[in-house]
Amino acid sequence: MPSKFSNWVTKITAVFKKEIKSEFRTRYALNSILMFAVVTLTTLSFTVGQFALTNPVKSALLWVILFFSAMSGLAQVFIKEEERRTASILKLSALPNVIFLGKFFFNLVLLFMLEIVTIPLFLILLSLQVESWLLLLVILLLGSLGLTSATTIIGAIVSKTNVKGTLLTVLSFPILLPLLVISIQGTKLALDGSHLAGAGSEIIFLLSYTIVMLTASILFFETVWME
Amino acid sequence: MLSLELEGIGKWFGERKVFENLNLKLENPTCLAVIGPNGSGKTTLLRIICGLIRPSQGKVSLKLDNQVVKKEAQGPFFSLVAPDLQLYDELTAFENLKFFSQLRDAVYSKDNLMQKIEQVGLKKREDDLVSSYSAGMKQRLKYALALLSSSKILLLDEPSSNLDEEGILVMEQIIQQHQEVGIVILATNDLKETQYAQQIFKLGN
Repeated sequence: MPSKFSNWVTKITAVFKKEIKSEFRTRYALNSILMFAVVTLTTLSFTVGQFALTNPVKSALLWVILFFSAMSGLAQVFIKEEERRTASILKLSALPNVIFLGKFFFNLVLLFMLEIVTIPLFLILLSLQVESWLLLLVILLLGSLGLTSATTIIGAIVSKTNVKGTLLTVLSFPILLPLLVISIQGTKLALDGSHLAGAGSEIIFLLSYTIVMLTASILFFETVWME
Repeated sequence: MLSLELEGIGKWFGERKVFENLNLKLENPTCLAVIGPNGSGKTTLLRIICGLIRPSQGKVSLKLDNQVVKKEAQGPFFSLVAPDLQLYDELTAFENLKFFSQLRDAVYSKDNLMQKIEQVGLKKREDDLVSSYSAGMKQRLKYALALLSSSKILLLDEPSSNLDEEGILVMEQIIQQHQEVGIVILATNDLKETQYAQQIFKLGN
């Protein structure tokens, strides 16, 4: 007899696997985020690649690309359920927190895939020298977790409206601004060669942001989803 | 004993009142037909009953052996078959059933899923993407899903929608089997379909 917890994990895994299968068959979000990232990167490398950019500018550019690429794809997990009218049967079949977490983990994997493609290209095209790889990876990991938790719940809210594109940007800006500012700061420190301890406040902030955002999202999601 | 009670249910969409002060009590085993003209709120009523829409007034309560079933635990009690309910087009019929059986705590085994698929006449098409299915085949697949979940309350909106003669026979069998143990509520414009019901509930004027 499976325990309640393992049953809950099995259901979250089922939603996650369904999203992966569905995405690789439809390319609903993957194509848009990858194309956005590659086009932006190429444009950037042609326009500013010849200049000697400072580390703060390079860090900001990296997170601007990640932010807008994520905006173009991660919110789709809920929008597609509403647009294709599959949301009703999903609502009848699983608890809201199961659906949210399944889709959160899927978005996280999608963002990691984006980063696997984008970051090496960014390093090459903008001739970036990373002095502290460990710190860069930690900042990217925590920044991605925060970005995914915020984008997933915002996507759920936006999917219920008629003005999805506009509202997504308007809602995301104030929520994601602190995360982006600190992620840019942390990335700058990694490029400058700071150690983990030197970026302690950035790491603590990003970790706290993710925990608060994820907890609030799980609590708030049922109201949004069942509306 | 399972009982479903609607107390003073009303629904408005903005200024437009769909219905108000509906009262109804059902106990298993039974089959209820909800009839009424287009726009009288049959689909809305079914969606309120299973919790997909919140009523503007009143409440729906579900009791199992006189114990109230909490709202968050009511999901597995309901199965809905409706024309506007969509399964995942990009998955095969088998994958759809597997996914929902995992979510709904249904017995998951390949044999069990295949048995349901066979029961609704979709054998040999189980590995086809649902996007390649006709509207009637999709409707049959929704019945397979309803069978799989073994929910106590079966809600059918326009039950024979898009079904051919063989499909209607499958549907009749399912209604017959289900109303012997649980509660079946069907919303229809087709008066022939009311023959399955022991009670009729009329909406609208």
